[in-house]
Amino acid sequence: MLNANKPFSLHLDPKLFEPATEEEKAYISRMRPSSTFFRDGCKRLLKNKVATVSMILILLITLAVIILPMVWPYSYESMLGVRPGKPVDSSYNNLAPFTWGKTELKRMEEGEKLFPHIFGTDGHGRDYFIRVVYGARISLAVGFFASIIVLLIGMVIGSVAGYCGGKVDIIIMRIVDIIYSLPDMLVIILLAVVLGKTLNVEGTILEKIGSNVISMFIVFGLLYWVSMARLIRGQILSLREQEYVLSSQATGAKGGWIIRKHLLPNCISVIIISTALQIPNAIFTESFLSFMGLGVNAPMPSLGSLASEALNGITSYTYRLVIPAVVICLIVLSLNLFGDGLRDAFDPKLNA
Amino acid sequence: MSSKMLFYVLKRVLLALLTIWIVITVTFFVMHAVPGGPFVGEKAISKEAQAALEAKYGLDKPLMTQYVTYLRDIVTRFDFGPSLKQRGRQVVAIIADGMKTSARLGVIAALIATVTGIVLGAVAAIRRNTVLDKVIMVITTAFVSMPSFIMGTLLLIIFSVHLGLLPANGAAQGGLILPVITLSLYPMSYITRLTRSSMLDVLGQDYIRTARAKGVSRAKIIFGHAMKNSLIPVITYVGPMLAYIVTGSMVVEQIFAVPGIGRQFISSIINRDYTMIMGTTIILASLIVIMNLVSDILYKIVDPRIEFE
Repeated sequence: MLNANKPFSLHLDPKLFEPATEEEKAYISRMRPSSTFFRDGCKRLLKNKVATVSMILILLITLAVIILPMVWPYSYESMLGVRPGKPVDSSYNNLAPFTWGKTELKRMEEGEKLFPHIFGTDGHGRDYFIRVVYGARISLAVGFFASIIVLLIGMVIGSVAGYCGGKVDIIIMRIVDIIYSLPDMLVIILLAVVLGKTLNVEGTILEKIGSNVISMFIVFGLLYWVSMARLIRGQILSLREQEYVLSSQATGAKGGWIIRKHLLPNCISVIIISTALQIPNAIFTESFLSFMGLGVNAPMPSLGSLASEALNGITSYTYRLVIPAVVICLIVLSLNLFGDGLRDAFDPKLNA
Repeated sequence: MSSKMLFYVLKRVLLALLTIWIVITVTFFVMHAVPGGPFVGEKAISKEAQAALEAKYGLDKPLMTQYVTYLRDIVTRFDFGPSLKQRGRQVVAIIADGMKTSARLGVIAALIATVTGIVLGAVAAIRRNTVLDKVIMVITTAFVSMPSFIMGTLLLIIFSVHLGLLPANGAAQGGLILPVITLSLYPMSYITRLTRSSMLDVLGQDYIRTARAKGVSRAKIIFGHAMKNSLIPVITYVGPMLAYIVTGSMVVEQIFAVPGIGRQFISSIINRDYTMIMGTTIILASLIVIMNLVSDILYKIVDPRIEFE
């Protein structure tokens, strides 16, 4: 209405052009900067003390396992008592924490400063501290990369099944059902036994990782994608009915584009949460396999194989079992708690 | 039973059979893909002796013939062939032998886990946000994050190495106590958490409020109204629990030297006893698949609200 007092007049009401009063200004001013979904979630996450502590712990452990092997004076595979051209010095085997071998003691008498063996050495005279650090590195790396593999495969297959629907969906979901009902651990053991023997990685870049770890990745890739695929399919099924997908289709967008640009970003929180919860799962499986001797190849340590080696000297060297056990529990526990915190902070179902 | 229900059961049974067939097929071909065959790597063995051995175990025939024979023997006679390393013994006999110990171990562990899990979960839910609830949740969270081999070895250190209360050898008198505890802690924690959350869910329902408003006693509400419905999700965990116990018992039997099927499985892997590996994998896998099937069907029967796909 142009003029409230004179409804039929075309004259503009001059009051409309007066500067806004303070009261009106306050009405439209922003109380605080608008928040995004991501920032909201981070705020909620940081408020959760347990999750924050776990996150810091994970970051510390990750940094430690990356940096420590670079600066540590001992390596995980060198047997300190073995020197070229000399008989094996067995005084280095099974050193107690903070003690030294014979030649090291001599060098120290001569005034040299040596770094202590914080956790002593193992039965082959290898510095145990760096072996634990290295083992944690292997376990974390396996957990992380296995989850990435699972994520990639599950994301691709799940989104295709969800978006295409129809026959494609039915076929994929039948396959998922069957893999889902396979007893995973038994199949993993079976494949680990066989792949460990059949895979020939000598001479390739993969040699350093070892055939057993690669077979573990293959197994994870083959078996564990199904729950991720199910999850993403479910999300996509509900998202694809949204108007923005229809509008995108109407303007001629291809399926792949819609999935990448519209659908996947909208289920990102679900994806991140379940990937975070997948990592401890993979670490569990890795340590289980290593404990049974099907995991990492010999000189390379993992937390599981360290624990299983320590079983032989359980009465005299109990600490050698306790240390990797504590590390593994700490990693898995903090990852679990962090994943739970992530879910509480980012799950859109709880915000509704 | 409605026809919809019948259709669902039929579908699930077919899927289970298909899964078992896939397990058999995958196991067979995967084991036969190992280079060298089972008799390579033994003490210097002559060509003739190896040929004779292979003929004896039917390994000289084409792969497909072997597969068909293997499958037919399993289906018709439940025969998994002779063990390659324990001369003169059938795989089924060896497995049945180990199963006696393992089944006892597993069943006791499962019962303890279920009962204590439900009780602890219900207590935690009823007394929610109290110190008791927090303590239960912290302990179960810790147990869920602990791999079974760590749990087993820690219990071994504490109770038999340091305190000397219980034997470390599973074959000794009372030797199954520690393995049973080790095996039951993880499923117990899981069931506790499951029961707690579903109980909390149920306690917030309208019919509980109505019962309370009518003046029904607290005990009657919990045991008569809430308990039944909050136990439904626990039924779905029966299958996964069995799977956990089967794989967990491998580790536990290894640690405590229990003469069970898990230990046999590990030693057959180390000895490369191929028929044993195949037989054990197939039987244990089928057991898990069948248990999953039973718990899924039970779940739908118990809770009529759940729709059939």
